[in-house]
Amino acid sequence: MITLGHYLVLGAILFCVSVAGIFINRKNVIILLMAIELMLLAVNMNFVAFSSFLGDAAGQIFVFFILTVAAAESAIGLAILVLLFRNRATINVEELDTMKG
Amino acid sequence: MSFEALLFYFLATVMVAASIAVVTLRNPVQCALSLVLTFFTCACLWLLLRAEFLAIALVLVYVGAVMVLFLFVVMMLDIKTLPGREGFTAYLPAGLVVAVIMLAELIGLMGARKLMQGGGVRDVASEQGLSNTEWLGRTLFSDYILPFEIAAVILTLAIVAAVALTLRRRPNVRTQDPAKQAAVRKDDRLRLVDLPTEPGSKQS
Repeated sequence: MITLGHYLVLGAILFCVSVAGIFINRKNVIILLMAIELMLLAVNMNFVAFSSFLGDAAGQIFVFFILTVAAAESAIGLAILVLLFRNRATINVEELDTMKG
Repeated sequence: MSFEALLFYFLATVMVAASIAVVTLRNPVQCALSLVLTFFTCACLWLLLRAEFLAIALVLVYVGAVMVLFLFVVMMLDIKTLPGREGFTAYLPAGLVVAVIMLAELIGLMGARKLMQGGGVRDVASEQGLSNTEWLGRTLFSDYILPFEIAAVILTLAIVAAVALTLRRRPNVRTQDPAKQAAVRKDDRLRLVDLPTEPGSKQS
C-alpha cells in the first residue's frame, strides 16, 4: 500500500538530485534554472501528497500559486539570460564577474 | 503488490531517472527534454493522488508553455558557446556528499518509517460528491480570492518585465512611426506662397 511516506521520500530524493545538480553544473545558467524548476516540483509533490492524504484543499491551492510564481520566475529568468547573451556573448557564470562580488 | 503500488514504483523510478538525466546530460536540449519527461511523470503521479486538476495544469503550463520557452532559449543561444563541463568531476564528489547527507536528514526528520504505516489517499472531494476541480474551485474562489488576484497581478508584471527586458531598440534602422504619421498637421507638410502676379496677365 502506498502511503504518505512514500511520496515524501520521493519528493526528498527529487530535491536532493536537484541540489546535487546545482553543485555539478555551476557554470551553465540554463541547467541551473532547470534545477530550480526541479526543486519547485519536489516541493509541489510534497504539497499535493499532504493535501491528498489529509483531505485538505489548501495544499493543492498552494501548488496552484507556486506554479504561477514559478512560471513568472522562469519567464523573467530566461529574458535576463537572453539579454545577458546579447550583451556579453556568454552565459558562463565564471565570466560574469563584473561586480567582483 | 497491488496495481497502484506497482504503478507508483514504476513512475517514481522513471521520475528519478529523468531528473538525474536533467542534471548530468551534456546537451542542454536533451536536458530540457528530460525535464519534460520528469514533469509528465509527476503529472501521472498526481493523478494517482487524485489531484486531477493540478496534473492537467502541470502538463499544460509546464510541458506546454515553460518548457517550450526553455527550448526556444536553448536553441536561440548558440549551443557551441555554452560552457563545457570542466568542473564536472571536480564538483561531483562534493555535490554527491551534500545530496546524500541532505536526503538522510530529510528522511530522518520527517519520520518516513512511521508515516509509511499510515492510511491511503483520502478522497474528500468525491465523498462530498464533487469533482476535484469543483472542490478546488470552491476553495480558491472563496477563501483564497485575494491571493488569486495577486497571482494575476504577478503574472501581468512578469509579462511586462519580460517584454521590457528583451525589447531591443536599434537606432540606425528606417522604420515608420505611426504615431508621428497620425499626428501630422497640414501646416507641417504644405506651405502656401504668395507669388506676385505678372503685370500682363488677366485675372479671371
